[in-house]
Amino acid sequence: MRIGALALQGGWAAHLAAVRALGHTGVPVRTADELAACDGLILPGGESTTHLRLIERFALREALDAFMATDRPVLATCAGLILSAREVLGPSQPSFGWLDVTVTRNAWGRQVHSFEAVADGTDLALMFIRAPRITRVGPGVEITHTFEGEPVAVRQGRFFGMAFHPELTGDRRLHAAAFPV
Amino acid sequence: MEKSTFQAKIGLAEMLKGGVIMDVMNVEQAKIAEEAGACAVMALERVPALIRRDGGVARASDPEMIRAIQAAVSIPVMAKVRIGHFIEARILEALEVDFIDESEVLTPADDEFHIDKHPFSVPFVCGCTNLGEALRRIGEGAALLRTKGEAGTGNVVEAVRHLRTLRTQIRRLTRLDKEELMTEAKHLGAPYDLVCYVAEHGKLPVPNFAAGGVATPADAALCMALGAETVFVGSGIFMAENPAKRAKAVVDAVTYWEDPKKLAEISTALGSAMSGIEMSSLSDADRLATRGW
Repeated sequence: MRIGALALQGGWAAHLAAVRALGHTGVPVRTADELAACDGLILPGGESTTHLRLIERFALREALDAFMATDRPVLATCAGLILSAREVLGPSQPSFGWLDVTVTRNAWGRQVHSFEAVADGTDLALMFIRAPRITRVGPGVEITHTFEGEPVAVRQGRFFGMAFHPELTGDRRLHAAAFPV
Repeated sequence: MEKSTFQAKIGLAEMLKGGVIMDVMNVEQAKIAEEAGACAVMALERVPALIRRDGGVARASDPEMIRAIQAAVSIPVMAKVRIGHFIEARILEALEVDFIDESEVLTPADDEFHIDKHPFSVPFVCGCTNLGEALRRIGEGAALLRTKGEAGTGNVVEAVRHLRTLRTQIRRLTRLDKEELMTEAKHLGAPYDLVCYVAEHGKLPVPNFAAGGVATPADAALCMALGAETVFVGSGIFMAENPAKRAKAVVDAVTYWEDPKKLAEISTALGSAMSGIEMSSLSDADRLATRGW
């Protein structure tokens, strides 16, 4: 598959390395044409406010909405999860509502509180960087991983959202789940 | 749960890539930076150009202004400490700033030693002018490097020199035989294990950004083209005629640095850039990049 990573800012390169290691073609995406050519999309971590400003200034909203409407697979981490949420709190900011969850930004605290852990009942390594919390999950959304009982990864059809950074731990199971080889 | 691991520190640096870190001197500027799309702000009382103009000893900022900026924006807030001043660093850690810049822009507190950065829960960024200096700082625990350039000059020539030096030295290491690496470590004044890492991977083990003298979107794009993973902009924004416009333009330029047509649009009608200083007019004592050991 040809997997694009939205490359406006943030941790997109490590995601592309992960999907390439799985045998996919990984390409950075900065324009509507580049997006339309992809079979799957990664919305990476970074600063969600920065991503929002660039999506607006370079008029990518429509192309992203059109992509989501085609039911191609999407993997959204951290800032990408924030952009995708139905509702964003702490502080409240606009988002695109592709995934029916409520997300609270920086809810684990500032960088000194960033941490590594393991998901409940699995050996999946979790890396949280100034991470958001998933504070509401809609009825059509399945919780796939929890940490200390709260949801940290969810799935709505072919849309995978997670509050942590699988691209930074070398574990490619979530990329493989989102983008089957 | 394991907090503040070295990997988690590098993780934040990874998330800043391709974004612009802007020096801000008050809440109003911090909000302009965030609105423009900065991925982080650096809170300091005087930008480097003003430190040059005013002279005297430049120190870490008043916690009151740092707290006010933390309260005003949701993006990461960084702040600077003097080289070697681990007490200023502990104060910033207590304030929970997101990154500490052990910076040559402030007046060094120790003229021989840098801070031992490993024990801190906050990640550190340090400046470098060459590979040996970069690897010494990483050895001390820096999670992010930035080439120094010459801060407060609005002149990108030193940033270019440092980026090129780093690139050339990294490329050279990848071509050496394993037997040559220990002697190379001796020449560089760098830890052997980090020299081996660079020789094997052809890159630093932490991200590297550019700083010092970036005044235009084209300057920022030039740094990206020379291998910087993003840029810090100090005086270049708030000493320019129209900071809000220029800030947006620099943010756009680090994303679209490979697209000259977009850069042409981005660079259009920004008002005048900061005036800048020609290097030959700086005395050796006025060169900040020579601070660091």
